[in-house]
Amino acid sequence: MVLILLFIIWEISSHLFAIPAWLMPPPSDIFHEGITGWSNYNGHLLSTIQLTLLGFMIGASFGVIVAIGLHTIAVLREIVYPFMILSQNIPIIVLAPLLVIWFGFGTLPKLIIITLVCFFPIAIATLDGLKQTSSELMHYMKMAGASNKQIFWKLEWPHALPSLFSGLKISATYSVMGAVISEWLGAKKGIGVYMTLASSSFRTDRVFVAIFIIMIISLSFFALIALLEKRVIRWQSKGGEHTDG
Amino acid sequence: MANLSLQSISMSFEGKKILEDIQFVVKDAEFVTILGPSGSGKSTLFHLIGGLYKPEQGHIFLNGEEITGKRGSISYMPQSPSLFPWRTIVENVLLGAEIVGQADKGTALQMIEKAGLLGYEHAYPHQLSGGMKQRAAFIRSLMSPQPLICLDEPFSALDEFTRVEMQKWLMNIWVEHKRSILFVTHNIEEALFLSDRIIVLSNRPATVQKEFHIPFKRPREESLLLTEEFLAWKKEIYNELRVIV
Repeated sequence: MVLILLFIIWEISSHLFAIPAWLMPPPSDIFHEGITGWSNYNGHLLSTIQLTLLGFMIGASFGVIVAIGLHTIAVLREIVYPFMILSQNIPIIVLAPLLVIWFGFGTLPKLIIITLVCFFPIAIATLDGLKQTSSELMHYMKMAGASNKQIFWKLEWPHALPSLFSGLKISATYSVMGAVISEWLGAKKGIGVYMTLASSSFRTDRVFVAIFIIMIISLSFFALIALLEKRVIRWQSKGGEHTDG
Repeated sequence: MANLSLQSISMSFEGKKILEDIQFVVKDAEFVTILGPSGSGKSTLFHLIGGLYKPEQGHIFLNGEEITGKRGSISYMPQSPSLFPWRTIVENVLLGAEIVGQADKGTALQMIEKAGLLGYEHAYPHQLSGGMKQRAAFIRSLMSPQPLICLDEPFSALDEFTRVEMQKWLMNIWVEHKRSILFVTHNIEEALFLSDRIIVLSNRPATVQKEFHIPFKRPREESLLLTEEFLAWKKEIYNELRVIV
C-alpha cells in the first residue's frame, strides 16, 4: 500500500515539476522499459541469478564449515575470530580490483567476493546457535553417556538450525548485492553490467529497472529461504518456550 | 540385573567437602531413595554415578564392574523433563536407547500407549502438559537398556495432584518392569510412598546418616498415605532430618 502510494506521488511529482527523464524518470516509464526491454536484460538476469546461487551456496557451505570448525576447536576460535571480523572491515569496493588483479576477469574473483559477503552472517549466527545449546539438554546427554559426536549431531546441530536460517536469510540478500558488485568489475553479462551500461549512457530508466530487478531477486531469494526454514523447522512453538517443567 | 555399590565416596568442590565417605548399595529390582535437604550434595552424587566427574576417593561398581568416572552406564531422568524440542515424543522416547545404539520403535510405541500418551506419539514436546512430559521422559529412561535408572527429583516441579498421580503411575510401571531405581528427593512422603529403602543424607558434607527399610507391601494404594503407620514413619524420618538441619 505504502509502496503504491509512493509510486503515485513519484509519478505525479515528476509530471508536475517537469523533471527530465534522464534525471529521474517517472515510474510509468520504468515499468514500460521493464516490460518492453525484457529481451535486453533477460540474459543478464539469468547470469546474475546463476552467479548469486553458486556464490551463495559456496559462501553458505564455507560459513557452516567455519562455524563448526571454530565451535569444535576452541583454540581455533580465539585465533580466527578477529580475522573473521577484519575480513568484514575491508570494503568490497577496495578488495574487488585486487581480486581481479590476482585472479583475472573470470568467475573465480566474483565467487570469492560473494563468498566473502555471505559467509560471515552465516558463520556468526551458526556459531552462536551452537554455543547457546540448552545446558539442561547438554546435561542429559552427558549423563546418558552420549559421545561428542552424538552430542553434536543429536543436540547442538539441530539446536543451531534456527540460528543458521537467520544467517542464511541475511546472506541471501547480501549475496545478490555481492553478485552485482562483482559484475561491475568486469563481466560480459549480468545485471551489474546492464546497470553500468545504462548509467554511462544516461538511460536512467534502465538503471531503475536494474534496481527493481535486484530487489525482486533479493526478495524472492529471501522468501525461498524462509519457505525452506518453515519446512525444516517444524517443531517450534509459537512462544518458543520449551523448557517449562 | 543391577547391583550398584558405592564404596567410601568423597568429593569436594572449591575446597569445600560435599560428600564424605558415602557408602551404600542398590540391589537388583530395588527401589532406593536418597533423601536429604536441598543442597546436601544429592545431585553431585548422581553426577558421580553418571560418570560426569571422578570422585576424589572411593569407587563405584555396577554388577561387579567398576564404573567410576565412566559415562553411559546408567539410565538417567533429570529434574526437568529435558525433552528435545525438535523431536517428536516417539523420537524423544527413543533417544536414550539411540545413544547406546539400541532403538526399538515398536516397544516405544507400546510404552507410549501404556503411559496414556496415545495420540501424542508424533506431537512435539511443547504441545504436552508438564505431567505428560515427565511421563515421556520416564519412558525414555525406561527404554534405555541400562539396568539401573537414576531419577533426580523428577516430580519436584509438578503440582500436588499431578505429583501423586505420577507417583502412582511410576509405581505401577516399576512393579511391571522391576528395574533397579535410585531416586533422589527432598520430599519425605514421596520417598516413603515409593521406596523399599530410604537413605538419609546429612548436610555439608553429606554422609549416610541413617538407612530405613520401608515395610509397606506392594502394590501400594494412595490410601496408604493417610494410615497411622505411614504417619508414624513420616514422623520418624522427619525427626531424623531435623537433627541434620
